[in-house]
Formats: sequence, structure tokens, C-alpha cells
Amino acid sequence: MSKFETVIGMEFHIQLNTVSKMFCRCDNYSANSKANENTCPVCMGMPGTLPYANGKAIEWTYLLGLAFEAKIADEFNFERKNYFYPDLPKAYQITSSINPPVIGGRLNIVMSEGEKELRLNHIHLEEDAGKLVHASSGDYSLVDLNRAGTPLVELVTEADFRFPEEARVFAENLRSIVRYLGISFGNMEEGNLRADANISLRPYGQKEFGKKVEIKNINSFKAIEKALIYEVNRQTEILNEGGKITQETRGWDENKGKTLPQRSKEEAHDYRYFPEPDLPPFKPDANLIDKLKSEMPELPVEKRERFVSEYGLSEYDASILTADFDMAKFYEVGVEKIMEKENKDLVPKESAKKLSNWIVTELLGRLNAKGLSIKNSPVTAEKIADLVALIDGGTISGKIAKTVFDEMFETGKDPGQIIKEKGLVQITDTKAIESIIDEVLGSNPKSIEDFKAGKMQALGFLVGQVMARTKGQANPKIVNEILRKKLN
Amino acid sequence: MSKLSKEQVKNIAKLSRLGIKESEIDKYSKEISDILTYVEQLNELGVICAEPVSQITGLESVTREDAKYEQKICSKEELLKNAPEIKDDSIKVKPVFEERESI
Ligand SMILES: [Zn+2]
Repeated sequence: MSKFETVIGMEFHIQLNTVSKMFCRCDNYSANSKANENTCPVCMGMPGTLPYANGKAIEWTYLLGLAFEAKIADEFNFERKNYFYPDLPKAYQITSSINPPVIGGRLNIVMSEGEKELRLNHIHLEEDAGKLVHASSGDYSLVDLNRAGTPLVELVTEADFRFPEEARVFAENLRSIVRYLGISFGNMEEGNLRADANISLRPYGQKEFGKKVEIKNINSFKAIEKALIYEVNRQTEILNEGGKITQETRGWDENKGKTLPQRSKEEAHDYRYFPEPDLPPFKPDANLIDKLKSEMPELPVEKRERFVSEYGLSEYDASILTADFDMAKFYEVGVEKIMEKENKDLVPKESAKKLSNWIVTELLGRLNAKGLSIKNSPVTAEKIADLVALIDGGTISGKIAKTVFDEMFETGKDPGQIIKEKGLVQITDTKAIESIIDEVLGSNPKSIEDFKAGKMQALGFLVGQVMARTKGQANPKIVNEILRKKLN
Repeated sequence: MSKLSKEQVKNIAKLSRLGIKESEIDKYSKEISDILTYVEQLNELGVICAEPVSQITGLESVTREDAKYEQKICSKEELLKNAPEIKDDSIKVKPVFEERESI
């Protein structure tokens, strides 16, 4: 057991997927564009241009704040953060961190030990910088300003995290929330969602924070946890040997699985913040906030709780199905189909659970293997609901259903059609099953003797033989019943 | 206003990306100090009950609709014309070794 307590605070940058950029009307979507295609005099920082704030980006910043139960500031203003860097054409970034639009906030995450509340410090709105590509020769760098001016929300947490895993789970929750709200793609690998971590260690019981290290260049959810675990171990080792932690910025190197000191200027930063003279302060009126509250969609936490109570799912299955908005929608389309089929007003929990099992254990694995998202699933939710109904109605056994599902995934066909074409309908005709059982008994006298001598495995063997002869199509319940009757 | 120190002048030059010679430091130290002394006269007015102001238009909450330009207001060629060097549609700059600390 370590003598040191880990203290972690997180900073997230989230690119908003508005139609236009933050302060100009350039196209905000550049994934398929050539370098510098979506630029104009404003986002290129030409002299004499003026910024014009995108109202949608401000609304979405508030929306995110409301999702975290934060306070909306009565007034906020933009300011200039001054520094030189080749991807920052104006030599300042317009940001709003001094008087931020959103203050405080919190989120409860579910860990295996239970729920934990994590507090936010604030959320502010700013503009993204351009992209730099470094020549492999090291002779030059190339600047692409398509991304310059993209609305960027920064979410800063309090230092409430005590374990690296909490930071990863929080980040995954944040991704779900921004996707539910429809304000960002929330993709870490593509940089729509970026994470920086501040981490320090202190002896248990000590109030003051230790020297903190900032970790940058974290490119995936898994990397958040890995980088922090690495850093906990590195700092623990130094402290155990009586050493001191250097306050510094380190970069996560995914290939080496290490954090490494970043090359940076030694002097303290002097950003000379001052209020942006070209943008007046913003005061949200109560109507706007009320409107945003009323438009707030059901959030992942609420949906997860509803899936547990309404459909009788386990917390685990519910959290998988609700982590992604489209996934939750997919599932509920299936539930609706089941209700329609069973002609019920109340959700049949048994069928709802089966549907969830098919999606979580069978469909997701196959989608992942093919690198498909739920939106591109070759099998629709309605067809899985049909499959569940066919099993419930006794038309096919659960075992045959897997074969049918494979075929559905390959071809996208209806389960009913597949069953008909392949002759997979379950044999429930007792006469037909009886004659097969007679054949099996006739050719396995040894097993009958074993069974009579008290060896129960013999029964299993005989059932297996019958199932094999019917290619798994005999109703196993009926097979069992008849076999027992004949043997006794 | 006391005279700006050598270090302060050097720091201002660095932050502004202006190259100044060692021999010029004294000159700028005096000139900048003079400017500051001039502006400092405002303090003599003894304004005590006014809030600092960064806006004088009286405007607030000015926003626009989230919509794209209907047509480009400047071609890419025009926009890139001012860059000292272009390569693959990008602006070519000196290699950057320092890691980005902000954003
Ligand atoms: Zn622009």
C-alpha cells in the first residue's frame, strides 16, 4: 500500500460541431477539405477584420453547463490571450476563462465501488488554433488554418479524482453527454475531444497539494488511464527514494508507454490577458436558459436508470446500451417492435432483457470485429425483435437462433425468411421426435444400461445424439421429456 | 515613474518578437519610461468611484446566426498571397521544436 494519495484534475477541450466557425462564417467542417480551404480574412487574422460571435456556440456552452448542473454566469466576456505560435495567426487567442460563461457543476460517475461525485471548476468558450504539420526532415513546418477559429469549449474539473480509472470513466461520460446533446463528435482519436491531466501525490492526511505535473498528448480514453498510472508509479518511486517532483509538462508517448518531459520555454508564461475590445459582453436572458432547459434531452445517466427500472436490465447492460445515443435508440426501436408484436402497453421485461442480450453479446461483438458502428449495423433492431419473438414462440431454439443470427448479420435478411429457406423450424411434433429417439435408443444400448445403473451423463449423451440427428432442430424440452419417459 | 530596468525592456522586446541591440536598450528604457510617465498623469485626476471600462459602445449580447458564407469572400490564393512561402496549400514556416503549451 502506497503512503501517497493521488490527486488528479482534468482539462478537456471539446470542438463544437456548429455549421460555421466561432467568429466568422467559414465552414466549420474540414475533414474532407484541402489545407486552408475553409479560411477567410477573419480566421486568418488579417488586420482590420472583426470577430462576430456565433450564437449557437454560446448556447451550446450553456447547454453543456446545464447538463453538468452548473451555474450560468449572469454575464461573461471574451478576452485576448497573447502569445506567438505559428498556428495562431492573430498572435492571440480569443477565450473567456477569466469571467467564464459557466461556473461550477458536477457529474456522478458509476465505479465498481459505487457512485462518485466529481465537481467542475468552470466551462469556457474559445477558438481553436490551426494545425501544424512538421516535415520529417525537420527543415520546416506547414500551417493549415482550416481548424483556426473552430469553437472550442474547455471544461476544467476540480482536483477531485483519486484514481486514474476515474479520469477515464469521467472522460467516457463526457463523450456520451456531448454526443447526446449533439454538440460535438466527441472523438478523441480525431481530436474533437482532447484531454490534459494534472497529477500530484501527497502523503495521506496532508492538506496541501504536492508538486503537480501536467500530462499532454493523450490521444485515447485508454491512454488517459495508462498515462496516469504510469505517472503515479513514476512519482511514487521518486518520493519513496526521498527525491523531489519537478513541476513540469510531460507528454504521453503511446509507443513507449511512458510520459516524457516536453521541450518548452523555461520562463513563466506571460499571456497579458485583456478584455477583447471587439466583442461586447454577453448576458444570457432568462428565456434563453429556460428554453435550453426545456430542450435538454434525456442524458445518459437518466437513460441508464430508466433502462434498469423500465426494462429490467442489469446496470452493466444498461450502461453499455446508453453510453451511445444511437445504441440506446437502436435498442428502444427493438423494444417498441416487441410491444407491437405482443400487443402490450406495458414492456414485457423478459423479452426486453432477451433483446438486450442479443444486442450486447451477439451484435456488438460482430460489429466491433467488422469495425462497424451501430448506425451501419446490417441487422436492424426490428429484425432482432422478430428473432426474439421466434424463440419465445418456440419456432426455433436458442441454439438455432445463433445460426440464424449469423445469417442475418451476413445478409441482412429477415429471420423468418432464413428459417424457411434453410428449413430450420424447430421440430415440436412429438411423434416425429419419438421416432428419432427410438432410433437413437436402438443404436446405443450401452448408454441405456449406464443410465439404469445411475449414470446421469448417459442421459445428456442421448439428448445430444437426438439433437445431432435433427441438426439441433428438435425442441430440447420435448426431447428430454420423452427420453425420460422411455428410459424409466 | 522610475526608469524601466534593462531586464524589463528585454522582456518586452521578447514578448513582442522585436530584435533590439544591446546598445539600444538604454534608449528604449528612457523612451518607454517617458510614455508611461505621460500616461501616469491620469492618476492625478484622482478618479475613485469609476469601474474599469473595456467597452464604451453600450452594446451587449451581440451574436449572429450559425450559418456559412453563401460564397467565399476571398479566394484561397488571395488569402495565401501574403504568406512568405507556400507548400502543398499550406503556409511554410520555420520548424517548430517547442511543444505547444497553450490552448
Ligand atoms: Zn474564417
